[in-house]
Amino acid sequence: MVIDQLIAFFDTHLIMLYLLLFTIILGFEIIAKVPTVLHTPLMSGANAISGVVIIGGILLVKQAAPTDWLLLVGGSLAIVLGTINVVGGFAVTDRMLEMFKKKQK
Amino acid sequence: MLGAVINLSYLIGALAFVWGLRGLSSPVTARRGNRQAAFGMGLAILATLLTPNAQGNGNLIWILGAIAVGGLIGWRAARKVEMTAMPQLVSIFNGFGGACAVVLAGLELQRVAGGAQAATGSEMVILLLTLFIGGVAFTGSILAYLKLDGKIWDEKVTLPQHSLINAIFLVGLIGFMIFLCWQSTSLSILTLIIFTVLTLVYGFSFVAPIGGADMPVVISLLNSFTGLSAAAAGLIYNNQIMLVGGILVGASGTILTVLMCQAMNRSLLNVLIGGFSAKGGASKAGDTGDQTVVEVGLADLAVQLYYSDKVILVPGYGLAVAQAQKACKELDELLEANQVEVKYAIHPVAGRMPGHMNVLLAEVDIPYSKLLDLEEANAELKDTDVVIVVGANDVVNPSAEDDPGSSIYGMPVLQVWNAKQVIVLKRSMRPGYAGIQNPLFFHEKTKMLFGDAKDSLTKLVGEVKNQ
Repeated sequence: MVIDQLIAFFDTHLIMLYLLLFTIILGFEIIAKVPTVLHTPLMSGANAISGVVIIGGILLVKQAAPTDWLLLVGGSLAIVLGTINVVGGFAVTDRMLEMFKKKQK
Repeated sequence: MLGAVINLSYLIGALAFVWGLRGLSSPVTARRGNRQAAFGMGLAILATLLTPNAQGNGNLIWILGAIAVGGLIGWRAARKVEMTAMPQLVSIFNGFGGACAVVLAGLELQRVAGGAQAATGSEMVILLLTLFIGGVAFTGSILAYLKLDGKIWDEKVTLPQHSLINAIFLVGLIGFMIFLCWQSTSLSILTLIIFTVLTLVYGFSFVAPIGGADMPVVISLLNSFTGLSAAAAGLIYNNQIMLVGGILVGASGTILTVLMCQAMNRSLLNVLIGGFSAKGGASKAGDTGDQTVVEVGLADLAVQLYYSDKVILVPGYGLAVAQAQKACKELDELLEANQVEVKYAIHPVAGRMPGHMNVLLAEVDIPYSKLLDLEEANAELKDTDVVIVVGANDVVNPSAEDDPGSSIYGMPVLQVWNAKQVIVLKRSMRPGYAGIQNPLFFHEKTKMLFGDAKDSLTKLVGEVKNQ
């Protein structure tokens, strides 16, 4: 029963699982040689990327029935939270890196 | 046609994430990398907005309104924050990302519970994982923020045997998740709420025993959690860019966490259990007995600096708190004008985040070439006349090298005591973030200059000018 479900899951999500695997390796490899100076901006930039969860919020609200207030309000809340993460994250990273740029001169 | 455009946008968006992260790991390309990633995110959001669906676009006003509100708040917060408060802000942003995942998974689970939507066992697992990981990232980040901001001290939130309690708590929650999957057909809203609340409490409890000094590591770890929950949510919506973005952050965040731990010569497990908690051993504050501290006079110090050949500054969190970077720069310029070589020794974990000090010093245009990393600094400290420790403590603690009983034993530190003279700028004799005493302050080569780092440096600048 559980095994059957697992197999079904595996079959339907095969491409996603490939993607998952390769992305994990990619994520490890990209970061492996980063200088300490950049740890904070990198963390901040990665944090902004993790705000990609906002896409789920948009999809949820899009598919909600116009009278389903719980989904509309809840989904919008999720979008607000996600956008703060995305916009704030990228903006603050840019501000940090702006200073690195200045001293390159 | 539209479908192809949307899929292509996702593909480009995902590539932009990968490319952007790659750019972010090198100083020259970092800013461009960040912008590339932001562009990818914009493209992905646009593509999602354009995705056709059966409902029509009646709800678009909700979505755009929410994006406008969130965007405005995020933008303002990012523009207004002081450079010193950066780590806290990153932490709180990360918490919001986690909260977003919690709300999403909660709403989807509520639909399952209400019978509006069926879920297979594996879908239940993914939903619960999204909720759980997102929840831990959410409340964990909030507590990390409070700790960093000095609003909560470690002792107030740590219970005895806290890591044991956390382990039991975690096992309990996993059991609860298995029970919920098994019961997915008769899921009630009440059990769902209980699970969510427990998850949120666990997030707090997870971060509670971890020492304030280790918050950077924790934020990095929680950041990778947020990524993982975004990826899990991507599985729910069968959305590739959420999966790619989330996993990228999950993987890179994990590596970054490990790198940070390595910089402190500690294991992640050791950090999570709370290595700095009450088992500090031989070197706990207070048992220093009759050792004496020597204070230095401003005028004496000014003369000494003025006639030195080489001065190294060691910035720490005290510099950030006091906003003393400008005063640092002034002193630097004055001394350089008198042929004194001035450099900065940056410990990998100085401040509240790795790279924290670099950012602050960059803010006042102190050139790259003046910043020394740990090995370079330790090599150069040997022929340095005066070392000025500006609000750093644990990263210059000799106990890390010679006191096996100390809780920071084994952590690589800046060997400032190899210089001819050490001046420590400090507000008081209070121990550093690790809560342990620092024998450096009683060292024969050390003199103390008490007071706010900015005040002290500004006065010092005045004295040097009088020479």
